[in-house]
Order: sequence, then structure tokens, then C-alpha cells
Amino acid sequence: MSAVNPAIEQLHEPHHEAPPRGITRWLYATNHKDIGVMYLVFGVSMFFLGGLPAELIRSELLTPTMRVLSPEAYNQVITIHGLVMVFAAVMPITTGFANYLIPLMIGAPDMALPRLNNWGFWLLPAAAILLVLPWGLKLIGIGTGTLDTGWTMYAPLSLQAGPGADFAFVAVLLLGLSSTMASINILVTIAQQRAAGMSWLKLPVFVWSWVVTALLLIAVFPALMAGCIMQIADRHFGTHFFSAAGGGDPVLWEHIFWFFGHPEVYILLLPTTGILPHILATFARKPMYGYKAQVYSFVAIGVMSIIVWAHHMFTSGLPTGVEIYFMLSTMAISIPVAVLFFCWFGTIWRGSMTFETPMLFALGYIVLFGIGGLTGLVLSDAAADQQYHNTYFLVAHFHYALFGGPIMGIFAALYYYLPKMTGRMYSETLGRWHFWLTLITFNVVFMPQFLLGIAGMPRRIPDYALQFAPLNMVSSIGAFALGATQLLFLYNLARTVFTTSGEAASARVWEGSSGLEFTLPSPPPFHTFVTPPVIE
Amino acid sequence: MNAVTEPHHPYYIPRPSPYPIVLSAALFLLGLGAALRVNGLLAGGWALGLGALLLAYVLFRWFNAVIGESRAGLYGAQEERAFRWGMLWFITSEVVFFASLFGVLFYERNIAVPWLASFNAAHSSWAPFSPWPHFTAHWPNSGPAGARFQVVDPWGIPALNTLLLLSSGVTVTWAHAGLRAGRRTQLKAGLLLTIALGLTFLGFQVREFTEAYRQLGLTLHSGVYGATFFILTGFHGLHVSIGAIMLLAILARAWRGEFTPEHHFAFEAVSWYWHFVDVVWLALFVFVYWL
Repeated sequence: MSAVNPAIEQLHEPHHEAPPRGITRWLYATNHKDIGVMYLVFGVSMFFLGGLPAELIRSELLTPTMRVLSPEAYNQVITIHGLVMVFAAVMPITTGFANYLIPLMIGAPDMALPRLNNWGFWLLPAAAILLVLPWGLKLIGIGTGTLDTGWTMYAPLSLQAGPGADFAFVAVLLLGLSSTMASINILVTIAQQRAAGMSWLKLPVFVWSWVVTALLLIAVFPALMAGCIMQIADRHFGTHFFSAAGGGDPVLWEHIFWFFGHPEVYILLLPTTGILPHILATFARKPMYGYKAQVYSFVAIGVMSIIVWAHHMFTSGLPTGVEIYFMLSTMAISIPVAVLFFCWFGTIWRGSMTFETPMLFALGYIVLFGIGGLTGLVLSDAAADQQYHNTYFLVAHFHYALFGGPIMGIFAALYYYLPKMTGRMYSETLGRWHFWLTLITFNVVFMPQFLLGIAGMPRRIPDYALQFAPLNMVSSIGAFALGATQLLFLYNLARTVFTTSGEAASARVWEGSSGLEFTLPSPPPFHTFVTPPVIE
Repeated sequence: MNAVTEPHHPYYIPRPSPYPIVLSAALFLLGLGAALRVNGLLAGGWALGLGALLLAYVLFRWFNAVIGESRAGLYGAQEERAFRWGMLWFITSEVVFFASLFGVLFYERNIAVPWLASFNAAHSSWAPFSPWPHFTAHWPNSGPAGARFQVVDPWGIPALNTLLLLSSGVTVTWAHAGLRAGRRTQLKAGLLLTIALGLTFLGFQVREFTEAYRQLGLTLHSGVYGATFFILTGFHGLHVSIGAIMLLAILARAWRGEFTPEHHFAFEAVSWYWHFVDVVWLALFVFVYWL
């Protein structure tokens, strides 16, 4: 490292040592760890808030006939559940990990653009407020509540929806701005802030997963933002983008939405597939298997995810040739995903494994996401999809893929890095209870939904025929148990963060852990790697 | 592989700053105001106005703070690279935004309209049931229920505007050459010319829109043609306006004697943006006005 010019050093005032005091530490934050923690706190809070609508949905579906919600309220509740979980829970949590971990993993003093970083975060609460504000406005007699079209916001339903739709579209615009800014910052950080010697193919796999995720966000989110502007224009300014009366086409919105929406699945997924091999390697006490194969798979998944979107639209009346193309390309994307699975198995193969909570969640991820992936192959068959598409089979598949994948991965990562972030171990007993109860109750919720779907129960409908009653009751009871189980996690989290009951964590935290972040004390000091580390 | 060179001083991490959260609050007010206003609630207008004022204020303060830090010598080569790449990725996201709008144009023109008209084809078994038996696939098109309209002649104002914007790309490059060679008069003259060309362009656009509404019957309501025409030209015009404001700020800074031949990233960022807006216009001229 070159010598530091003392004259310039003086410009860096002593604010480098200690965090600022008071609330402005968070409101005005420029520190990547503080901003990362804010993302995590916001995302975990929204995970619980977004879980409430899910419990409402299952309450309504506990028994046939409408007991809990009106059909209108049901539609709003499923919409908010989807939007909150995707945009306000999973994405902020994975972005939080990116902010916290990437500078530590690449030996950078901070993110490249710290103020931009904070701007990206504070757009999220603004968007979340706009999303649910219509419920408040309804209380004072304005409008009909929030958006009620489902999270896909399909036209022409969206064009007929109440004012809640405008709030949702504006919220998505802010979310898009937030994601774009966060992605720019992450890409610049990874490209420019690496410590000397940290070459591209030495980057930890998690960092690579974020290279692809951020590129995807920049490549697709602006398209959805353009679409939202067109929706507002169609609703209020007399344009006909999505209306056949003026020569437009509602299917165009489906194309725009899924051009964004399918990569979005990988945007949710990739950061956790990036963190998984770190966890597997740690608890198998073996080096990661297939580093380059994983990196190339990320890139392949990223590229392919942009060209497979219309498999979400097999029942929209696309020409047969188009359906066949999207069927084959969708099936092809399972190849790089299978490579990832192979590398995960290779990493734990003949390892001396121990089963601490992060490892349990990581293994649960492989099983549940595996089921999600395989049932996805079933749906990717354009001919078979006609049967499954609008049934609970798809709902079950989706949740195996996105709860089984990102949410299990997020739990694994939270347990894995919590001791590093707080300096305290969480309760291992509670963590294992949390895992096993989550694994069991999750399957109780969603396994019956595969059967319900095959039997023909339509999705999105608040009521159902009597023959579906027993399995729905099982699913709903499972959902209440799954929800209650998450309170264990909340308690364990609060106990670790706010009390000193957990034993102190060492710098390395886990016996088998490796990586620059584990060379730092737990918790790491406010500023780290002000002098870049030496990478051999 | 050696993109990261050794920094000559610790990377500059700004102090805690109120601007990001205030900027978010301004955008929240704008979003809230827009959502209320389009639904006829007048309170939305107040939120919009307040949001716009706050936005202008916080952007002014934030950019001023960055300029101050730059002039205090806090930014080295690594910081400058971060700004450069940040701006390039931002422009990339803008490219995607406009590419999506062009995608919408191609989809409406080449897929949606022919699909809609295919119901009426002689061999179509749907033909007897078509709700729009006289609708044919042609472009420009305002749909089965659309009113008649005329399109803007590409060889009138649009061709002139193309000339104006292309010249402005040349003048901003000329200004840059002046800056790098230390010829400050050339810098200022080039910037002034660029801004004048940009503003003239905007004036012509306003005139074109007025004519479209008053004489051609081409409005937002003119089906897919009107919708795609105005969203593409409108967002381009918005970008030219933003670019012109940024050029004005750069001109003011040049007048104050800022920028050195070696160190003038703000100038470059704005000129990249201006060239980007230029290229978008070329695509607009070809695909919206001409073909």
C-alpha cells in the first residue's frame, strides 16, 4: 500500500472513529453497515406485516363460504401480500446484506456512493406508505382502498380499479428508482472499490451473485417503470396503450410486467443462491465446490432470465410458435440452476458436517427450492400449463420457489451473520426449533395446495367448492402455525440484538468460516478497511 | 484484472447528510400529490407544489455540497472513477427506459394492430362476429373506436429539430475541446450555443404539440398512435429540458471560473447525458416521425 498523504489525511476528520449519536445516525446515514442494518430492519418488519395479509387469506379460506373478508377486501389483501413480500420484504433484505457484506467481503472502506446509498433506502418507506395509504384514505371516505388486481396489476382490470391503483403505480415508480440507485451503487462498488489483489475471479460468490442481480435490476426495472407510467396515462389521460378500442392491447402490459417480473424472480433468488455456498462450505468444513461453475451459472441465469418471460402468459392466447419458444427457453434455464444444485451437493459431499441453524436452513433451502424448481418444470410445459396455470398448483409452486428459496436463504443468512453483526450468539435451541417448525408447517401449508390445484381449485377466488374443504382446512391451520413459528425467530432476534444473554461471538464466529468479513472483530468497528487489506 | 489501483489516500466517505432523506421526502410528496391529483383531489396540487419546491431546494443544496467537496480537493482518482461509472450506469438505465418505450411502439404497430385486424380477415372464422368489421391494420392508427387525425410531417419541424440537436452535440463537444485546451471563451461560447440550440428545440417541440392538438387532431386520445407518439416525444422533451437545466448550471459554474482542463467531471457527465438525449432523438426521428 502506498503511503498516505498526511495533508489529505487531515481532511478526514475524526468522524471515522465512532458512530454519530442520536437519531440522525440513522436518518442521515452514510455508513454502509448502518444503511445495511436499516434495510434489514425494514425488510424483516415488512416480512411480518406482509405475513398478516397471508394469514387473513388463509383465515378466509379456512372454511367454504365468505366469513372473514368481503370479496373486494380479499382482492386487496392478496395484492398487498404479494407486493409487500416481493418489494418491501425480500428485496430490501437481500439489498441489506449486499450493503453490509459487499464492502467487507471485497476489502472496501464503504460503498462507492454512500449518500446515494441512503437515498435508495429512504425511498422504500415512502413507497410502502403510498402502497397502503389508500386504506387510510378509505377510512375518511376517499376511494375504495388499495389496489385489488393482484400483484401483477393486469390491464384492463387495473384500468377499472379505484384510486388505490394510482398509489400502487406511483409506489412502484419509487421502488424502481430505489432499486436502480442501489444497483448502480453496488456495481460501482464492486468494480471500483475492491482491495488490491481482489481480482474478479477471487470475488466471493455472494458478491458475484449481486453483480448479476444488480445488472438485471438495471436491465428490467426501467421497463416496468415505463409500464406504470403508461398505466397511469391510460387511466387518466385518455391514452390507449392497453385498450383495444384505440388499437392497443392488454396483453402488452403482460409482456411488460413479465419482462420485468421473470428476471425479478431471479433478482429475489440470486442473492440467496450466492450466500448459500458460503454457509454450506462453512458447516461442511470444506472449500466451496465449483466456484467458476457457479459464477458462470449466475451469468447464464441472468442472461436467460431476460428471454423467457412469456411462460407466465401461456394462457393469454399467444401464437403456438411463441409458446413453444418460451417453453423450450424456460426449460433450458433449469440447466444452469441444476449446475448450482450440483455445486451445492459437491460442497457438502463427504464434508464433516454439523447442523447449526444456518446449515439447517441452507439444507432446507435445497430441498424446498428443489421442489419449487421441479414443479416449475411441470408448469413450463406450455400444453400442461393450460391445466395448472390458474390453479393452486401454481400458488404452491410459487411459494416453494420463493419461500423455499429466498426466505429460507434469508433465514440461513440472518442466523449465519447475526453473530458477526451483533457480536452475540443467538439461541441455538430456539433457532433449531424455528427451523424444524418452519420446515414442517411450510409443507403443511403448501403441499395440500399442489393437490388442490391438481384437483382443479382456482387461485385468486375467495370461496371454493365443498370438495376442497378438508385440504384447505389443513393448509390454513398450517399457515397459522407457520405464522406463529416466525414469532420464535422474532424473539430470538430481539434477544440477540437487545440483550447480552447470548455468548460473545469470536471474529471467526464459526469453526469453518472463511472470507475477509471473518477477519474482522464481531461486531466489526464502525469503519472497516480504511486501509485496504492485503489479498494474497 | 487490475482495475483497482492503490488509492493515494483513504476513500472519501461523506459525513452523515440530510439530503438523501429530504430528497426521498420530496419524491414522496410528488408521488402522493400526483396520485391524489389525478383522482381529482385538489390537495394533491399542494403536495405536488411543495414536493417540487423541496426537490429543487434539496438538489441545489446537495449538488452544492458535492461541488464544495470537489473544490476542497477531497476527491481523488478513485472517487472520480466512482462518479463516472455511476453516471454511466444511470444513463444505461435511461437507455432501458427509452428502449422499453420503443418496444411498446414496435409491439403496438407490428403485433397489436395486425392482431386486432386479423379478426376481420376473409379466412378468419371470427370475421362474422367481429365487433369492428371495418377495422384494418394500417399505421398510423387510432384503433377501432378512434377519431381521425393527421400525422406530423417529418420534413417540417422534426427535420429542423434533428438539425438543431445534432448541431448542439457538436457545440457541446467544441466547448469540451475548449475546456481541455484552457480556452475559457470557447468553453463558455460553446455552452451558450448548446443551450440556445436546446431551448430552440424545445420551443419548436411546444409549437409542434400545439399544432398537433389544434390543427392535426393528433392528441393523447388518438389511440395507439397518439399514445406512443406523445409518450416518446414527451419523455424525450422532458429529458432535453433536464439536460438544458444541467447545462445552465454548468455554464454558471464555468462563468465562476470553475473546472480545470484535467478535472471537470460534472461537465463531462452533463455532456454524456446530452449526447444520450441526442441519440434518442435520432431514433425518434426515424421510428416515430419518418417510417
